[in-house]
Amino acid sequence: MTNLEFTPLVFAISAVAGCLGALTGLGGGVVVTPALTLLLGVDIRYAIGASLVSVIATSSGAASAYVREGYSNIRIGMFLEIATTLGALLGAFLATKTPTAILSVIFGLVLLHAAWQSSRGRSQDEKSKKPDALARRLKLDGSYPSPEGPRAYQVGHVKTGFSLMFGAGTLSGLLGIGSGALKVIAMDQAMHVPFKVSTTTSNFMIGVTAAASAGIYLSRGYIEPGLAMPVMLGVLAGSILGARQLIGAKVPVLRWIFAGVVGVMAVEMIVTGVKGNL
Amino acid sequence: MNDHRLEVIISVLLRTGVLISAAVVLLGGICFLSRHGHEQPDYRVFHGTPAIYRSVSGVIHAARPSNCPAVIQLGLLLLILTPVARVAFSLAGFALERDGAYVALTSIVLVILIYGLVGPH
Repeated sequence: MTNLEFTPLVFAISAVAGCLGALTGLGGGVVVTPALTLLLGVDIRYAIGASLVSVIATSSGAASAYVREGYSNIRIGMFLEIATTLGALLGAFLATKTPTAILSVIFGLVLLHAAWQSSRGRSQDEKSKKPDALARRLKLDGSYPSPEGPRAYQVGHVKTGFSLMFGAGTLSGLLGIGSGALKVIAMDQAMHVPFKVSTTTSNFMIGVTAAASAGIYLSRGYIEPGLAMPVMLGVLAGSILGARQLIGAKVPVLRWIFAGVVGVMAVEMIVTGVKGNL
Repeated sequence: MNDHRLEVIISVLLRTGVLISAAVVLLGGICFLSRHGHEQPDYRVFHGTPAIYRSVSGVIHAARPSNCPAVIQLGLLLLILTPVARVAFSLAGFALERDGAYVALTSIVLVILIYGLVGPH
């Protein structure tokens, strides 16, 4: 296959991945990397390098669509980015030293659990929600637009969320993905942030997290221009399309898509890990 | 300056950064395909990109019309710098809001990002 054939093919795969990534807040990387390695036989290190770069494009390209709607919370994002960027540095450093086949299986299991949780939906039990002193001090509480006007929400379990975000950052740096799934879980399920606020804030954070490990990837030679070019452009085009869809999407539909994508990813990760290909 | 206004300004900055980097990557890509279109790509075996494509200074020096992959790499570098610019801009925004706690938190994120980009790896 010549570059003239390879490039459009990679662009098309990446566009689909970017669309799904923006739609679910997962980022396109999780779909791009398995597709490049399994379908096209690309070395995993080149794949995660291109994927990581595309993740920045997904996040940044879709941000303006989300922000105008007023869902994302800049304070939650900035505070938690301390955890995700530190994790991302650790992940990128660990990338060459950890048997990623094992990690891949663990990651797959975590995602299976997430898919199950997500398809069930969060329990609407509000009484367990006690105010979090740290959340108040950091001014994390906010409001989001609803048909009945701005709706206030309170953030809980800040420390748990912060720890989960460190884990999400580590996986992002290790596997070249946005770790959007874990970021959404940390906010939506651990910190009781409303789902749409979680997905849009997660999307906002993904780019910063990925930028932290991108420098390390670059210096290691993971970012190959001929491959990263169609991946980045494809994911960007797809993510802009996906972000347009999100605004009109209903939360239960979003949850269902989210669960489905996470489930497929989980199986993919486990199979790849067991084969020891990653 | 309030949070929502800050977010809107930042989102414009992000979109601009992505558009500029995408345009550079696209130009580099067209250039790359016109010159290397009939070559067989080899990404099956990992060699790592050549040393000049691996550092910020190397890419900036190599990027010229005669070196298409370096132009792509320059675009990718601009893309990587976009979230860094976002954090730097947020820092300025929180300073304008006179929010000391968030100036401190944002500075930490910025230092981590700069370390990732130019630190000793």
